[in-house]
Amino acid sequence: MLEAILFMLGLGVSCGSVLSIASKVFYVYEDPRIAEVESYLAGANCGGCGYAGCSAAAVAVVKGEAPPNVCIVAGADAAANIAAVMGVEVGTAEPLTSRNTCRGGDRADDKFYYMGINSCRALSAFYEGKRICSIGCLGLGDCIRACAFDALKMSDQGYPVVDEEKCVGCGACLKVCPKNILEIKTMSERLLKLNEADDALAPCQQTCPAEIDIPKYIRQIRDGNYEGAVNTIRERNPLLLSCGRVCPHPCENYCRRGIEDEPVSINQLKRFVADYEMNSGKRLPISCAPDTGKKVAVIGGGPAGLSCAYFLRRVGHAVTIFDDNPKLGGMIRYGIPEYRLPKKVLEWEIDGILKTGIVAKTNFKLGVDFTIGSLISSGFDAVFLGIGAWKDYTLRVEGENLEGCYTGINFLTRFAKWQQGDSDDEMPIGNRCVVIGGGNTAIDCVRTLIRLGAQEVNLVYRRTRAEMPANEVEIVAAEHEGVKFTFLAAPTKVVGDENGHCKQLEYLKMELGEPDASGRRRPVPIEGSETLLDCDMLITAIGQGPEISFKENDTERIKNLGITRWNTIDQVNPITLQTNIPYIFTAGDSATGASLVVEAIGGGRRAARSIHQYLSGEEVKAPEKALFKKHIKESIFESVPGIVQEKRAEMPELPVQERITCFDETDLVLEEKEALRESMRCLQCCRLCYNKDDKAA
Amino acid sequence: MGDLIVLGISCIFVNNILLAQYLGNCPFMGTSKKMETAVGMAFAVVFVLVMAGLITWVVNTYVLVKYGLGFLRTIAFILVIASLVQFVEMFLKKSIPALYAGLGIFLPLITTNCAVMGVCLINVNEEYTFIETAVSSLTYAIGFGLALILFAGVREKILLGRVPKPLQDTSIGLVTAGLISLAFFAFKGMV
Repeated sequence: MLEAILFMLGLGVSCGSVLSIASKVFYVYEDPRIAEVESYLAGANCGGCGYAGCSAAAVAVVKGEAPPNVCIVAGADAAANIAAVMGVEVGTAEPLTSRNTCRGGDRADDKFYYMGINSCRALSAFYEGKRICSIGCLGLGDCIRACAFDALKMSDQGYPVVDEEKCVGCGACLKVCPKNILEIKTMSERLLKLNEADDALAPCQQTCPAEIDIPKYIRQIRDGNYEGAVNTIRERNPLLLSCGRVCPHPCENYCRRGIEDEPVSINQLKRFVADYEMNSGKRLPISCAPDTGKKVAVIGGGPAGLSCAYFLRRVGHAVTIFDDNPKLGGMIRYGIPEYRLPKKVLEWEIDGILKTGIVAKTNFKLGVDFTIGSLISSGFDAVFLGIGAWKDYTLRVEGENLEGCYTGINFLTRFAKWQQGDSDDEMPIGNRCVVIGGGNTAIDCVRTLIRLGAQEVNLVYRRTRAEMPANEVEIVAAEHEGVKFTFLAAPTKVVGDENGHCKQLEYLKMELGEPDASGRRRPVPIEGSETLLDCDMLITAIGQGPEISFKENDTERIKNLGITRWNTIDQVNPITLQTNIPYIFTAGDSATGASLVVEAIGGGRRAARSIHQYLSGEEVKAPEKALFKKHIKESIFESVPGIVQEKRAEMPELPVQERITCFDETDLVLEEKEALRESMRCLQCCRLCYNKDDKAA
Repeated sequence: MGDLIVLGISCIFVNNILLAQYLGNCPFMGTSKKMETAVGMAFAVVFVLVMAGLITWVVNTYVLVKYGLGFLRTIAFILVIASLVQFVEMFLKKSIPALYAGLGIFLPLITTNCAVMGVCLINVNEEYTFIETAVSSLTYAIGFGLALILFAGVREKILLGRVPKPLQDTSIGLVTAGLISLAFFAFKGMV
C-alpha cells in the first residue's frame, strides 16, 4: 500500500515537474490580444473568413494580416470591439453576400425525367443534370440544406432565393452547388465583373456594351422597386439619365421578343427609373469600399472618364478628374445638343457621381497645363486617358476654309458653350445651311440649325439613307422637323463669293457600286454630274478622331505611347485597355474612335477593373472566358414560341411645331402606367429559357 | 523479422484498432466529416501513439513490473500519456512551429483518445518486447489512420444522398462504420 502511494506521488511529482520545466523552457510569447480578439469572434469556426478557424483568424488580426471586420458572422459590434483592441479604425465593411444567378428553375426545359435522385450533386453526376441548359439550377436545394443561417429559400419558380438580411457570405451554398449558380462577391467584385461565356446572360445583357443586367432591372420595375432598378443599373452604368436619353440601345436589336414582335423598349424603361430618381428629389446612396490609399488621375471628364472614375471610386481608390473644358461631361455636354440631353439633367447626374468623393479639376489641358509625366511625379499611381475624339476630319476640298464653313464637333461645341454661358462667342447662323455627313453628329447639327431658325437645312450624304450610320430615330425626327436630305452626293468644291464667304457647294452625283469592307455599297461618282447647291453656311460632319498632340510636350517615356494608324491610343488588349505603358489605361473614343456613349461607359468600367488589378499588384488580365461583345451561340434563337404580339410603348415627344422653335427636350419620359405595361412585355430571358406570355400557353 | 511483419499486418488489418477493436470512437466520428481533418488527425495519432507506446512500455517494465505495482497500470498510463501529449505540444510549439501548425488542434484531442490508451495496454498485456512495442504502436496508428481516412471518404460521399432525418449525421455514420467493420472482418483469416 505504501509503495503504491509513494509511486503515485512520485509519478505525479515527476510529471508535474517535467511539465513545469517544459513550460518554462518551451515558453512561447503569445500576444495577449490574440485571446482578447478571439473572444469577440463568433466562435463558429465556419472558415468563412478564409482562415482555419477563429483562433487562426484572431492571430491574423493581431499580426495585421486581417482587418478587424474579418469575421463574417459576428457583425459590426464585434468589428468595432476588435478595432478597439487593436487600436485601429474599423473600415466600412464590404459585406459578402451570396447571389443566385439562375432565373430558370422550373420554367427551364428538362432533357430527361428521373425521380430517383433528390440531391443536386447526385443529379449532376448524371449527364450533368436534367436541364437542357448546361449552367442552369437543378432545383433540388442542396444549397438550402447547406446553409447554416437559414438564408436560402426555394422559390415557387424552382430556384433558390437568397435572403440578404440573413446571408453572411460564408460560402457553404457555393461549395455544395454543382452548377456554380451561386456566387459570393463583395460589391467591389460585383462592380468589376465582366460578362463571361459561362454566365447566365440574356441576349440583351450580352449585347449591351456596358453589360447592364437588363432583365433584373426590368423585373424590379415590374415589382415597383424603382430604387432597386436604379441601383442595378448603377452597378454597370453611372450615366443612366444620359444613356436613357441618348443611347441607341443596341440591346433592343437582340431582344428575344423582337424576333416575333416589337422588341421591349429597354432604354425607355431605363430612362423611366432614372427620371424617377431625379424627380423624387433625393439621391439614392452609392456605397464605396474602404479607402485603399491609391491615387488615380483620370484625364478627360467625358463618359469614359466619368465611368472609370466612378468605378474606381466605388472600389475605394482616390480619383481626380482633369478636363480642359470649363465643365465636366465631355462630348455628352458639348457634343450632344440641349434638346436631346438637357444640361440641367446632365448636371444632376455628374453631381451625383462627384458626390461619391471624386475631385474634379476643370480648365486643365493635358499637354499645356500638365503632362502625364508630371502627374506620375506628383504621386498618382495610375493614369486613365479618356480624351475622346474631338478633332473633326476635313473634306480636303478646295474652299472648305471659307467664311461660313464650320466643322461638326467644333460647331456643336462652340454653340453649346455659348448656350450655357461658358463663352460669348456667338456664331452667325445662315439662312440656307448645308451639313455634310450621315452620322449622329451631322444629324445633331441639322436639328440644331433648324432650332436656331435656319430657313432651309440640307443634309448632304454620299450614300443613301439606308447606309446612314446615324440612329434611325434621329433620322426620322430630323425628317419630321423639316430637314431636306440630298443623298448620293460627294462634295468636290466650296464656291465662295467676292467677300470670301461660302456661296455654293459643288458636288458630284454618285451611284452605288459593289459592297466595300464595311459591307455597305461603295458609292461611285457619275462623271460630269457636277451640281451646285446654294448655301451660306456649311458644316462638315464627316467623322472625328482623337487629338494626340499632347504627347509632344511630355516625357520621353510618354512619347512612346502606342498610337494606331487611326490616331487612336493603342491598347495592348481591348478588354484590359492597358496601353504599352503599364500604368496608362485608355477607353472611350480615344481608344475606339468615335463611338457610342454606352461603349465609352463600358470601356471606362473595363479600364477601372484593370487599374484596380494593377493597383492591387495583380496581373492585369482579362477573364479567361470573357464574352466581350460576342454572343453565347446557344442563346441566340431563330424563333421564339409562345409570344402574343403586343405593341411596344410609344415614346412621347414634343409636337414638331413646338419643338423646332426651342431647345426644350424633344423626347419625353414614359408615364408610370405605360412603363409598367412595357416592363410586363419583357420575357425575363436567361441563357436559354424565358417566360412565355401567359396568354399564349 | 518475419514475426514483426506479421505483427504489423495483423495490427493494421486484422486487429484494426478502430474497426476490429472498436476503440477510439470519438475521433472516429468527430474528425471524419472532412478528408482534410481526417488526414491531420491520422498523422497526429501516428506521432503520439509511437511515443506513448514506447514510454508506457518503459514505465511498465522498469517501474510497475519491477515493484509489483501492476494494479496501478491504468491510472499511471493515463497520467503519463496526458503529460506526454502536453509536453509534445509545448515542445512542437517552440521548436517545430510548422509541424505544430499542422497538428496543432489535434494534439489536445488525443489526450482523451482511448485508442492510444488501448494500444498501450494491449502492448503490455501481450508482453511485447521493446521492438515489438514500437512496431505494434506504429502499425496500430497506421491502421487507425487508414480506417479514419477511408471512413472520411465514405462520409463525404454520403453527403450526396439524402438521408432520412432520424438517420442523419452520427446515426448513418455509425451504421456505415459497422458496415466497413464487417468488411474488415474478412481479414480475419489472413494471419
